[in-house]
Amino acid sequence: MLRFLGRRLVSMVFVLFSISVLSFLIFFATPGVDPAARIAGKNADQATLRAVRKDFGLDKPLPVRYAVMMEKLFITRDLTSYVNRGAKVIPQVTQAAPVTLSLVLGAAVIWVILSIAMGLLAAVFRGKPIDTAVMIVGLIGISMPVFWLGEVVNLLTQSRFHNTAVFSWVPPLGYTPFTQSPFGWFKSLFFPWLTLSILYIGIYARVLRSALVEAQEEDYVRTARAKGLTERRVMMRHALRTSLIAFVSLFGLDFGALVGGGALLTEVVFGLHGVGKLTFDSLQNLDLPVILATVIYAAFFVVAANAVVDLLYAWLDPRVRRA
Amino acid sequence: MPEPLLEVVDLNVSFRTEAGLVRAVEGLSLSVGLGEVVGIVGESGSGKTVSMMAVMRLIRDPNAIVEGRVLLRGRDLMQLSQREMREVRGGEIAMIFQDPMTALTPVYTVGWQIAEQLRAHGSVSRRAARNRTVELLAEVGIPNASRRVDQYPHEFSGGMRQRVMIAMALSCSPSLLIADEPTTALDVTIQAQILELMKTLQREHGSSILLITHDMGVVSDLAERVVVMYAGGVVEVGAKSDVFRDPQHPYTWGLLGSIPRVGRPRVRRLAAIPGQPPSPLAAAAGCRFAPRCRHRFEQCAVRPELLPRVAPERADACHLEPAVRSLLRLEKESA
Amino acid sequence: MTEAFADTAPVRAAEPATVGASPWALARRRLLRNRVAMVMAGVLALIVAACLCAPLYAAHVAHTEPFRSHLDATTLVNGKRVPVMEQSSTGLGLGVTPIGPTWDPRHYFLGADDQGRDVAARLLYGGRNSLLIGAASALITCFFATSIGIVAGFFGGFVDGILSRALDVVWAFPVYLLAISLSTVLIAKGFAVGPFRLESGSLFLPIAIIGLVYIPYVARPIRGEVLSLRQREFVEAAIGLGASTWRLLWSDVLRNVITTAIVFFPLMLAIDMLTEAALSFLSIGVQEPNASWGTIILDGQGLLYTRPAVALAPGIAIAVTVLALNVLGDGVRDALDPRAKLRRTD
Repeated sequence: MLRFLGRRLVSMVFVLFSISVLSFLIFFATPGVDPAARIAGKNADQATLRAVRKDFGLDKPLPVRYAVMMEKLFITRDLTSYVNRGAKVIPQVTQAAPVTLSLVLGAAVIWVILSIAMGLLAAVFRGKPIDTAVMIVGLIGISMPVFWLGEVVNLLTQSRFHNTAVFSWVPPLGYTPFTQSPFGWFKSLFFPWLTLSILYIGIYARVLRSALVEAQEEDYVRTARAKGLTERRVMMRHALRTSLIAFVSLFGLDFGALVGGGALLTEVVFGLHGVGKLTFDSLQNLDLPVILATVIYAAFFVVAANAVVDLLYAWLDPRVRRA
Repeated sequence: MPEPLLEVVDLNVSFRTEAGLVRAVEGLSLSVGLGEVVGIVGESGSGKTVSMMAVMRLIRDPNAIVEGRVLLRGRDLMQLSQREMREVRGGEIAMIFQDPMTALTPVYTVGWQIAEQLRAHGSVSRRAARNRTVELLAEVGIPNASRRVDQYPHEFSGGMRQRVMIAMALSCSPSLLIADEPTTALDVTIQAQILELMKTLQREHGSSILLITHDMGVVSDLAERVVVMYAGGVVEVGAKSDVFRDPQHPYTWGLLGSIPRVGRPRVRRLAAIPGQPPSPLAAAAGCRFAPRCRHRFEQCAVRPELLPRVAPERADACHLEPAVRSLLRLEKESA
Repeated sequence: MTEAFADTAPVRAAEPATVGASPWALARRRLLRNRVAMVMAGVLALIVAACLCAPLYAAHVAHTEPFRSHLDATTLVNGKRVPVMEQSSTGLGLGVTPIGPTWDPRHYFLGADDQGRDVAARLLYGGRNSLLIGAASALITCFFATSIGIVAGFFGGFVDGILSRALDVVWAFPVYLLAISLSTVLIAKGFAVGPFRLESGSLFLPIAIIGLVYIPYVARPIRGEVLSLRQREFVEAAIGLGASTWRLLWSDVLRNVITTAIVFFPLMLAIDMLTEAALSFLSIGVQEPNASWGTIILDGQGLLYTRPAVALAPGIAIAVTVLALNVLGDGVRDALDPRAKLRRTD
């Protein structure tokens, strides 16, 4: 077990390193693009450009520049934004993280519960109308652009039906920290949760349904029925349990990607200042230090999620464990 | 004659498909007595497995049509409610399947799975179920049963897994065990062990066994009576020794003739039965075997019924005169 | 969001051809019999046709130039001549609100946007770009992913090691972030390497970027399939097929891989269209003066509460197109792997 963990750690470090190199190359070494102009922002003067070049060692060879960047990011942690003059980058990320976390966790709870319920329904009543209905709902869910769905939700809750009893409680766009007001926190996140989860419900309900349908044809399910077990037990204990393996590993990867900032479209549309929105704003301003920081932060979560999923896989599927 | 434990009367299983109605089983009738071992023999596609799945009412295909009666101690299983049938499955009739590698749920320990069956058929405490499970595992010859009860199926070899399956099947002391090709997926040496085990257990528990196989060797080892199936129907029935010594149906001749026999002069080629089994779609009117039969004649255009023609305890579905049959068979064997 | 279509398990090795008909002919027949998929194919054809007719619509039906501002224009509504940008107290803060949907194809069918342009005409033009970008990037993805997958799976060893690592690294970057990063850097100033130049407004940039980032998504299943096929075939070949082994192997592998690529294509098209819309919405996809459904949604954002049609129409267009692609993609998969169909519908 320890050897497995050790190997995973080495692999994680390797991947993170590769990603940092890749990001660095994209932002600082793309041919035809001047890094100093990028860092200093759109309207920098000559003096600032010179200062940037000196500070970031842009006249030095590539590997040195990379080292300087990494040092500022991880060791001295004093990477500052050149657009918001002097604002430190790392704190911006750490402040944005709880927002993203709240959004993603809430949405995840909703989508996991609903997609399992829907996937089960569709598989148990395979071929009947409810199966088709569930699948259609799922299809619609994955066909709508999530940011557009968010806009539509806003249109309804903030504008068109805002004055009706149904939606009058919806607060204006923005995030209320849990520590400030739990109920406010909940209200500000309710519709973002729903919007984000619709996409994933569509995906996961379909995944689970097809895994369950496959499981139903498996030999061990036939054995379970021959044992005289109730259909409910056969489905829940035998078919579902095995199907969840694929479900969980997929979930881990998506969750990791979302926490890392993959929910950026939802955050932008609902005015939530999470990591995703931070990334987006910094992109709009071409605030490269911030972009670099957020990208590496995001990658870290994806990589960590991968590792966790591998571990989970071993826990869920005894066949994968090595004695 | 005492009432048979299981009596299948005129079982039909058909499937509606895009290409038409597929008749997998047609007019199957057989019986199994108390404590009797009956072997069902036939090649792939003869309907052996489908008929047994129908007996257990395990066919879930909405396009399946199952007709006929299945009497267990006089009670027609086809008329039972779902709940009543669930009590029968695993309780009075147990079934083991062909491929032990995939027949057990991979995410639970074998002990858990056996205990699950025990507790489904009676209120047994967890502790009692576990103890009984360990006993069962030991009974089927799993060494170190008290430790292995907490292991997962993938930690067992194929032969061991089949033993686990047998233990699970016998856990609720069923009166009938249906074994669908239990040894086909195993090595020859393991096969012999499993068959020995089944023989022993059958003697000790007194359960009846319906053994499905395409292997005449397995039949001769274990069965008392033999049912020969072809293309969805029964073509010959009788005591094993009778059928082996004096087979009546040309298909049985072919089956037996294709076994290399020890002690007889070595033939240059094993006799294969020429031709293919008929497609279950093309419901021919006459004898199903006629297209492949060397001895067919005009009468064969009428489907022969399964009737006792030679002796009261034997039946066959062939129009050939019994007197002529032994001659024809010997002529075939010396060819 | 990128694991959107993760239930596209790779198509298993095709069954041996039924006597008489090639597997492609069989698959085509199965697909044609799938009514729902055929309806969706029809819907797609309609959408594509409508978008292709964009210039015709703009010139001959709506009589408008959808790429120029028309802030002072007027139009006919119910016989009355009204300004396209109406005076109002709410709206853009300039005191003007664009005209809403008139439901008259000749005069601002879906209303005007903040520049007084005909939304319906722009919708059709935008559709051309969205569809083009989606299709081109899906082609790029499928082509390169298939090549990489074959090379990695076939040759194995060192080559496979390098390629797999490269795929892993690219894929470890969250897909949208990678696309966004590349787009930000390249779209603003364009891309120049030696004699090779891409202007920042070129449509080829989003095509290339979106095509690139999804390569690992398709390459990994294909590589897996090649690997398992190779293993299986080698075992059989070991029993002795002779010199023709390589050719048989090659043709078998190729056939199966192409089947998988075909199954992936419509699904990648759908994913790519959604990705393009997101990038354009974030201003780093299609650039002015070009339009796409994503840019129109962005245009509509400022008008969302007053003239929602501007934002709603392109979103609905995307949703319908992607839905049709998904259903068609499922149909293609069912047609090519009948075992999957049997399992699903019983």
